[in-house]
Amino acid sequence: MKYDVVIGLEIHAQLNTESKIFSLSPTRFGADVNTQANEVDLAMPGVLPVLNEQAVIKAIKFGIATDCKINNRSIFERKNYFYPDLPKAYQISQFEYPIVGAGILEITNEKNELKNIGITRAHLEEDAGKSLHENFTKHSGIDLNRAGTPLLEIVSDPDLSSAKEAVIYAKKIHALVVYIEICDGNMQEGSFRCDANVSLKPRGTKELGIRSEIKNINSFKFLEKAINYEINRQENILDDGGRVVQETRLYDADKNETRSMRSKEESNDYRYFPDPDLLPVIIDNKLIQNIKDKMPESPYNRLKRFIDDLDLKEEDANLLCSDIKIADYFENIIKIGNLKPKLVANWIIVELMGIINKNNKKWQDNKINEQDFATLLQRITDNTISGKIAKQVFAVMWDKGDKPDNIIKKEGLQQLDNDDEIKSIITDIINKNPAQVQQYKDGKHKIIGFFVGQIMQQTKGKANPAKVQEILKQQLS
Amino acid sequence: MHTKSIKELHKLLTDKKISAVELAQHFIDRALKHNPSLNCYINILSDEAKQQAKIADDKIFKKEGSLLTGIPFALKDIFCTSDMLTTCGSKMLSDFIPPYDATAYKNLKSSDMVLLGKTNMDEFAMGSSNENSFFGCVQNPWDLDCVPGGSSGGSAVAVAGGLSPVAIGTDTGGSIRQPASFCGITGIKPTYGRVSRYGMIAFASSLDQGGVMAKSAEDCAYVLQSLSGYDKKDSTSMPEDVPSYTESLNNSIKGKKIGLPTEYFANLDDDLKQIITTQIKEFEKLGAIIVDISLPHTDLSVPAYYVISSAECSSNLARYDGVRYGYSAKNPKNLEDLYLKTRTEGFGDEVKRRILIGTYTLSAGYYDAYYIKAQKIRHLIADDFNQAFAQVDILLTPTTPTTAFKKGDKQNPLEMYLSDIYTVAVNLSGLPAISIPAGFHQKMPVGMQLISPAFCEHRLLNFAHMYQAQTDHHLQTPSQVPQEKIL
Amino acid sequence: MNIDDVRLSADLSKITIDDKKIDSYLTDMQDILKFIEQMNAIDTDNITPMAHPFDLSQRLREDKAVAQIDRQILQSNAKNIENGLFLVPKVIE
Repeated sequence: MKYDVVIGLEIHAQLNTESKIFSLSPTRFGADVNTQANEVDLAMPGVLPVLNEQAVIKAIKFGIATDCKINNRSIFERKNYFYPDLPKAYQISQFEYPIVGAGILEITNEKNELKNIGITRAHLEEDAGKSLHENFTKHSGIDLNRAGTPLLEIVSDPDLSSAKEAVIYAKKIHALVVYIEICDGNMQEGSFRCDANVSLKPRGTKELGIRSEIKNINSFKFLEKAINYEINRQENILDDGGRVVQETRLYDADKNETRSMRSKEESNDYRYFPDPDLLPVIIDNKLIQNIKDKMPESPYNRLKRFIDDLDLKEEDANLLCSDIKIADYFENIIKIGNLKPKLVANWIIVELMGIINKNNKKWQDNKINEQDFATLLQRITDNTISGKIAKQVFAVMWDKGDKPDNIIKKEGLQQLDNDDEIKSIITDIINKNPAQVQQYKDGKHKIIGFFVGQIMQQTKGKANPAKVQEILKQQLS
Repeated sequence: MHTKSIKELHKLLTDKKISAVELAQHFIDRALKHNPSLNCYINILSDEAKQQAKIADDKIFKKEGSLLTGIPFALKDIFCTSDMLTTCGSKMLSDFIPPYDATAYKNLKSSDMVLLGKTNMDEFAMGSSNENSFFGCVQNPWDLDCVPGGSSGGSAVAVAGGLSPVAIGTDTGGSIRQPASFCGITGIKPTYGRVSRYGMIAFASSLDQGGVMAKSAEDCAYVLQSLSGYDKKDSTSMPEDVPSYTESLNNSIKGKKIGLPTEYFANLDDDLKQIITTQIKEFEKLGAIIVDISLPHTDLSVPAYYVISSAECSSNLARYDGVRYGYSAKNPKNLEDLYLKTRTEGFGDEVKRRILIGTYTLSAGYYDAYYIKAQKIRHLIADDFNQAFAQVDILLTPTTPTTAFKKGDKQNPLEMYLSDIYTVAVNLSGLPAISIPAGFHQKMPVGMQLISPAFCEHRLLNFAHMYQAQTDHHLQTPSQVPQEKIL
Repeated sequence: MNIDDVRLSADLSKITIDDKKIDSYLTDMQDILKFIEQMNAIDTDNITPMAHPFDLSQRLREDKAVAQIDRQILQSNAKNIENGLFLVPKVIE
């Protein structure tokens, strides 16, 4: 039988705060075990949670950037279950009243169709610790460094209909949370993890099938593979006339399969109720407006503007909008130097990104400031130097961090722009090459390239090529 | 000595009639002598007390002390004290030594008060008789066969027996006021949020509140002043300024209106009603006006209280799993077995019963019928009080339906729950209330409760103090504990 | 409420009720629930539930990390520690 695939994603984005959501412990990744887990994270008797302001602000930023509803009143509730990585035996989460309500995200799917994916909600909660199984035979070791790290759980509607589509959606959310700087997006370190709810139903029917939930997928590649494995598994079950069991499954990347997590199934009555240690979070519209005012333009808007207004190629615009720092850099250079967007885009993408990649560096390693970059490009447009010379200057800027004007001056790279000087060089060359002059006069106009080459050689490329052409033509005719 | 007020002790200290070390030693000696029969302390801290007293003496010598410098106190064993055993009356925490201080304790320490010991209590503060302590029942000094009330029974007896001039308790459904009433002392439960809950081991978070138990309202005022205040570590702590509780103690209450909620007297034992009615006349003598008032949802307060407190407790006590601290079952077969054995062996019957009830009322299919319903009733109860306080300044009620009962008398948990019938509505509404001695019935103390609007502890203390200034019930001491004199 | 409800609540609470005691637990709990159900005597349809004594909003704290007290001290109450990890019987996922 043919089936429709129905997928919903729950994305857990760790918010990049300095301290945990309810305790003062640092959230830094990679510290020695249990050195970032204080008495609150250890759920010692009598300790209490206090909410981190930045966690709330970052959740609101997500809501603003996705145009989701931001709820003026949200409630933290306790989700009760026993698990060794959950020291209180309840997770503080949001249930009935999440901080961010419904919204819509538009994606271009693998068939190149525009599709609206509903965001059901996004809520704040605390991350759990980690159970470590290596190095022990009869035991597991519990590290609570991660316990209490703020998470934004972004829940989609079951609108996704293929593994590829799910990945496109997840990538778009990933790019967004990185762009608005609420999450570092580091998937290896678990800063961005996906749970996928997958179910099948006979093609064209309405009623949803029984779903399984694949937990904790931490790469886009695995997300695609895990979903496809799960689709396949369920298809086989249904084709054989069986029933899919509603359960939580774990994706094993080594074996490329999902398997049932029995341990999580035992108690599924979470007994949510409002956490009496915390009060309702009240967000007034003024606060939302304040955050909005300080927020950068949404990446989608910016992308559209780069393509439509700045006339960039979609590919280039995408590249520039992949990181807010790059996009800002790009626009600031345009503004400072009053430059053409295409020129700046080319220089950033070809030259700057080229040199970064060649040296195995990251964007953060770029030390050329916007002012210097703008000055360099201005020297091209004001004909001080040619584009070719500019590349030389740029290389020195990258290596030595010197200012472009200093480099041009020091190395004597200034373009020859003086009419008289160029004229005398040209006269000299014409006089030395009578044969070629004759060829030109006989109508072989292509020979002009020979003269330009000679002139450039003599001026070490500094002569203004446009001027050279102009004066050459005058003198030859 | 042990019958003296804080003000008198303060004068002896500043006049150098006695040192803080000697004062502490006096109470430690009394505690060591009488605790074997009263069992009000789980842990007597002789060495620590002397150390703290030395620091206090230093401050007194340098004239840097406050009124509370060098005054000894007892602390309910529900408050975490760093490097000192904190058991919460439970086997589960019978070896627990916290690495941090409860804010309430820290506040008293910074006033240079001297900690004598940690007091006995019902396990995790669940109980009204102190019979639920892992460390054995506390005896009521007025009649050793009677219970002292609970859950702050140890604190009440430490004060009533003269084993400490003042004690700190907690009150979730009456746990300060009911034992204060049973033991003939004064006990105040402040407004929810007045005293930080940080480091105070949670029973029911939206109801728990620390407070003071002492011989008089005046003593309560001094100590509550230091105990109270905003704490950034407790999200439910109130940022409101704490007014001076002592300045207004002697304000006239002439013309003030005292409301008598009819529901609180309707089923009261005739003898007790008689006693309290007589005491109301004392307030009239002071010029107060007595009016009848109605709190129509009173009879639903105990049901709502048991739903809410049990639900919160079932979640608050889930962290005791034998992994990070506390009792841990030996040789578990697997993880599930560790949890089951630890919790089954570590908790007493009453605690288990409440965890089960709480879990049940929160579970799928019952949440709305029990938990949400109780929260709605809670709203109605709070509204009753709001309406009452639009008409009167303060409410006066009995604290308990009976005087202290005999140990083992109440076998049925429900019967025990009903002994909180006059106290739980106050917790549900977050209001402050004080229990003051109002006389005796068959030689056992009778308590009377005053309730005020939120953040009006000063009013409670003022009314109670004016009453105590012209009566002597609070000055009576139990003959069961010999009152030897030192000075 | 029946025996199964008691068992389910016990299971969710990770508490074992001795077979010998389960009847008395059931009786007590039935009594308590019956008592609690007095609440049903009044209509509360238009009443909002009150989770907290006062209608206040959550305070937010500044995002500033503070180093914890020494791990060894924090773990001094634990019975089973190895290389800074809390040990539990093997977790099967």
